[in-house]
Amino acid sequence: MLSRLVVVSAHGLKSSSPLGAGCYVVSRSLVQASRSLHTSSQSRAPLPPLPEKGGQVRHGIFPEEIFQLLYPKTGVTGPYMLGTGLLMYMLSKEIYVINHETFAAASIGAVIIYGVKKFGPSVAAFADKLNDDKVAKAQEVKDVSLTSLAQAIEDEKKEQWRVEGRAMLFDAKRNNVAMQLETNYRERLHMVTNEVKRRLDYQVALQNLHIQMEKEHMVKWVEKSVIGSITPQQEKESIAKCITDLKALARATQTSATA
Amino acid sequence: MSSGGLAQRSLAQVKLRELPEWLTCRTPSHPREVVEMVQGGWQWYYKKYIDVKKGGAGGLGMLLAGYCALSYIWSYPHMKRDRWRKYH
Repeated sequence: MLSRLVVVSAHGLKSSSPLGAGCYVVSRSLVQASRSLHTSSQSRAPLPPLPEKGGQVRHGIFPEEIFQLLYPKTGVTGPYMLGTGLLMYMLSKEIYVINHETFAAASIGAVIIYGVKKFGPSVAAFADKLNDDKVAKAQEVKDVSLTSLAQAIEDEKKEQWRVEGRAMLFDAKRNNVAMQLETNYRERLHMVTNEVKRRLDYQVALQNLHIQMEKEHMVKWVEKSVIGSITPQQEKESIAKCITDLKALARATQTSATA
Repeated sequence: MSSGGLAQRSLAQVKLRELPEWLTCRTPSHPREVVEMVQGGWQWYYKKYIDVKKGGAGGLGMLLAGYCALSYIWSYPHMKRDRWRKYH
């Protein structure tokens, strides 16, 4: 539990764990930052996951391996008997001397053991929660980047699909341009026809005018010559004849009116 | 017994009569080897007891116990004066 507290921000890269107790402040990093190739001694392979539990330790200071080592020969109580024997030996030969420091060590040991037994699980749960939060955050970052990359792939595919449609767009545009060209051509065709027709009409009108003028001139000339050919004597005779004709006509109408 | 093969084996695989030879094979000859041995030992301990998801009191407890034992051994000549009896 204590080491879990200590390790709550530990586990850096493979070869960067520090030497000596008390400096475990290496932040957990799941993303390698350097970009060089084969220049540092650190390997860039993905790290294996941390083991769940560490080596087993009994009573806080004795590794389980000693108990396993002595189990075949001496059973379960073997290591305890060994410990008791060693303790008695050291006390009786005064290899371990009992003095004021023994009392101090005993008090400190009692306090430590009480603290660990009482607050151990809660501290361990707290440290676990911190670790889990960190892992969840990193996982979230990874998930977000994964989803964004997947989204980018989808968008890219959609763009590729759009590019296929671009050919149809160009066809439509080409049709537009062709239609414009056709319209222009036809307009010009119309213009040419109109102009040619105008010129031809002008020529026709000109000819008609010529013919008409000739006709009028001829008629005028004939009239003039006819009038010129009437002498004054003939004119008197014709006038007298007209008067006698008119009198005759008047007599005829008078008789027809009274009859 | 090939001495090369002996030097590679760890302590658990060495037989008792080969022990002196094994020790002489493994003693460091260069200060750099001493440093490497110390660093390798620390790495082994760290990986086994501290660098885990759910560590226990054992990881730090064994370090403290080792520290206590080592400092007692180093200060034993001074402690000898506090003996209760002269002859044992």
